[in-house]
Amino acid sequence: MAASEAKVSVRTFDGRSLALPVVAFQGSASTLCKGCGHNSITSALIDACKAVGVDPYRTVKLSGIGCSSKTPAYFLQASHGFNALHGRMPSVATGASLANHRLLCIGISGDGDTANIGLGQFKHACRRNLPIVYIVENNGCYGLTKGQFSATADLHQHLRRETGEENLNSPFDLCLEAICGGATYVARSFAGDKKQLLPLLKGALKHKGTAFLDIISPCVTFNDFPSSTKSWEWARDHEEPLQELGFVPRLDEIEVEQKAGQSTRVQMHDGAWITLRALHHDELDVTCRASAMKLLAETKTNEELLTGLFYADTRRDNFIDTLNVVDEPLASLQQDDLRPSKDVLDTIMSML
Amino acid sequence: MSTMIETAERPAPNLIRQPSGTINDLAIRVGTVNGSGSQSANLVLLRSLHRMGIPCSGKNVFPSNIEGLPTWFHIRASAKGYVGHRLDPQILVCMNAQTADDDVRQLKPGSICIYRDELHLADLRDDVTFFSVPFSRLVEEAYPAEAGDKGYRDKLRKVINMVYVGVVSYVVGIDFDAIEWSIRREFPGRKAKAAEINIAAARTGHAWAEANLPRNLPYRVERMDATNGQVLIEGNRAAAIGAMFGGASVLTWYPITPSSSLAEYLEEMLKKYRTRPDGKRTFTVVQAEDELAAIGMAVGAGWAGARAITATAGPGISLMAEFVGLAYFAEIPVVIVDVQRMGPSTGLPTRTSQGDILKLHYLGHGDCKHIVLIPGSVGECYSMAIEALDLAQRFQTPVFMATDLDLGMNLWLTSSFEYPTKPIDHGKLLSAEDLERLGGFERYRDIDADGVCYRTVPGTEHPLAAYFTRGTGHNEKSGYSERPEDWKRNLDRLARKLETARCALPEPVIDEPRRTSVGIVAYGGTHYAIVESRDALRERGLDTSYCRLRALPVHDAVIDFIDRHDRVYVVEQNRDAQVATILKTVVPPRLVDRIRSITHYSGTPIAVENVAPAILAREGLTESTNGHGGERLARKSDEPTTE
Repeated sequence: MAASEAKVSVRTFDGRSLALPVVAFQGSASTLCKGCGHNSITSALIDACKAVGVDPYRTVKLSGIGCSSKTPAYFLQASHGFNALHGRMPSVATGASLANHRLLCIGISGDGDTANIGLGQFKHACRRNLPIVYIVENNGCYGLTKGQFSATADLHQHLRRETGEENLNSPFDLCLEAICGGATYVARSFAGDKKQLLPLLKGALKHKGTAFLDIISPCVTFNDFPSSTKSWEWARDHEEPLQELGFVPRLDEIEVEQKAGQSTRVQMHDGAWITLRALHHDELDVTCRASAMKLLAETKTNEELLTGLFYADTRRDNFIDTLNVVDEPLASLQQDDLRPSKDVLDTIMSML
Repeated sequence: MSTMIETAERPAPNLIRQPSGTINDLAIRVGTVNGSGSQSANLVLLRSLHRMGIPCSGKNVFPSNIEGLPTWFHIRASAKGYVGHRLDPQILVCMNAQTADDDVRQLKPGSICIYRDELHLADLRDDVTFFSVPFSRLVEEAYPAEAGDKGYRDKLRKVINMVYVGVVSYVVGIDFDAIEWSIRREFPGRKAKAAEINIAAARTGHAWAEANLPRNLPYRVERMDATNGQVLIEGNRAAAIGAMFGGASVLTWYPITPSSSLAEYLEEMLKKYRTRPDGKRTFTVVQAEDELAAIGMAVGAGWAGARAITATAGPGISLMAEFVGLAYFAEIPVVIVDVQRMGPSTGLPTRTSQGDILKLHYLGHGDCKHIVLIPGSVGECYSMAIEALDLAQRFQTPVFMATDLDLGMNLWLTSSFEYPTKPIDHGKLLSAEDLERLGGFERYRDIDADGVCYRTVPGTEHPLAAYFTRGTGHNEKSGYSERPEDWKRNLDRLARKLETARCALPEPVIDEPRRTSVGIVAYGGTHYAIVESRDALRERGLDTSYCRLRALPVHDAVIDFIDRHDRVYVVEQNRDAQVATILKTVVPPRLVDRIRSITHYSGTPIAVENVAPAILAREGLTESTNGHGGERLARKSDEPTTE
């Protein structure tokens, strides 16, 4: 049977089972640069959606503006998508959830979209514990406008090339910001480590509150020189023989497999390196917010990017739970519900 | 009496020079300190006039401040139904030392000034009647301290206001029954004790005035029967009621004066009347982190099928501009109420304006043009809020409702609102069954040749339901496109859609009993000054017709109105004649020269004095205008004043 004819079984909100063709989970062809980490994330996301049986008819894909924000067109074509405004995806997702609380929101953003222009909406979404899978495809630079620094660019990173202008501002650690803001599922991974990424994505899709994923995603075009931690070269200088790395040819998507508790140095497209260290399950109690923040604050100074699941709180009500809305989506309410009776108007007028 | 008023010995008629006495044509101004609790007292005066059956209105002219700065309350009662702003009061009550001197200096000769005896105002002028009132002593008589009441001084500071209510009620002849009724209404239920205290204070003021002030003072009110079935309400509350009956299901907003009370009233009413018996809500309200998020949520909700609304003022509109442009282009229903105020940043946040109209009509980037509904009364704030929610769905586009602080936050008389007769409109929305029957759809294809396409919402369980919404260029199938012909075709269709909408919007209200050469065009809360101005002009021999614009884009009936008149004065509350500017772009070239502007932009609501003299001057019927209403004339000497 051809792949396109294969069916994926999904469960609807009311417990029915739908068999959907695989193509429902796929999207149009990517127009991003070849080798872009974002494409690896898209591929992992499709796999994760199929694996957990996401119902595409009740899923919405939302994004802001930037390279990352183009990706909702590349997966779940049976779902409504909305490429909104730069940095404003969280508010649009909030509105969609208000209108229809049965929707699963998958928000795709970038480091510029979230850490710069959209930091406010991002943190307010976390604060509300908005039910959303919030993915940042983090490459430390602006791709669409040709490589300017974002707020996740490394301190002392150079603009576009080794001799480019130096960044003198420390980066935000978006995972730290997310936990601090109130997100209830916070993880970091690497676009090329599908083995780590897939379970984290599956966990996020099953989570009922704000599930935030900071996914390091190398930019093959603008942030691929030796001194960038989001490039290949950086990692090469920090390589430890603990981790076997397969050779990844330039301009192919980068794949690595991290081992828990060990540092993994990843070579980026131009030969640069980054060091990832997958969290060992003994290192952290993921239900403890304070220890997650402490760990992230400490590793921020260690020139390595800690990956894995940092924090999960499955007990806190999400934003929509707190609003006490009727069971059916507000979007489907009809006149009987939307317009009170004439008696109500008469009562209001008589009280004036 | 230990304290004698300065003028009590002299017979009043000799003192009151101009204007001569009036019955049921009253203007009172009360100057107090913000936060001193005068609001209740002022409402009691207003409601008492309403209770006596006299058309009336109340305006709170307040500072951007919680406590301490000066504030004024303007009350007007008029047998002729003139309830717009009036520049000069006949009765001034001075409770605030900060402004008393200025307030007195601005009075017209013949006015009456009632003031706290410690202010010593009587020497300021000899052409005003001064009544010095020992407010502090009277309030302590009316409301003696109870042992151990630590809050006594604070309470006294509030209750003292009810003493001037009593004095004023005597001076103008408001029935004390009406005062008592209004106080009880102001302090209902558990506040009954406060009601008795306040009634005692008012009675003390009234008794003192009766004993000490002259009889037959010139500005009087008498019972009439013109407010039967009418209620007093602010535009913001009216709009909130409309939004609820219009079926708003998502309200997202950010606090900003003067729109905040609209959102708060709406939330209050939704909780009360749109909650099911099991406590579950048929709505959501979110106070967003800023206006960007407020409109973003409303747009997201509108996209996903809700009837979404937000309310804001000028600076918020600016922050919403990018989303409004996106919603226009991506064709998402959303309603935005702009309660207009003065200026940028803080500007004059508590002063009224019509300065956002042009911006609202074109808000966005690239080619945008929006529907703007402009209510001219609290009744229309109600009915147009309902209509706006339907229009947004029907035309899948942002719909603005432009009110202003004067209409939104002040109390206006209105007949009871009528229950909507038109069913709720969901627009061209396709269900899964429709998709099955049709075999698919293209989001931006103009099937019906009216510019309005069919849409689906997320959650529609059908393989053909989904489409991709984007601000980027798109073709009819909502696919990404940078093709010039796709872009242009889409913009042309959006123009067609707006043209369809234009013909469905509220028509102007035209009053043209006979052929006249002079027409007036106005909109929004400017209406009341126009009603009064037309009478004033008629008394001076100038008959006018009147066209009240109620929506943008401009209805053909407005253009036809201009065509029927030699000279058309567009009266508005902004400096640059925003609606006149729009009109000049839509009328045929031969009509452009007929359009003239009368503008008012000081932050005070427009008054008859700002309109009638300016028109008379432009018509060559007076030598010139000075002072109020002449702003525009002074600057535009190049414009012909007559044909």
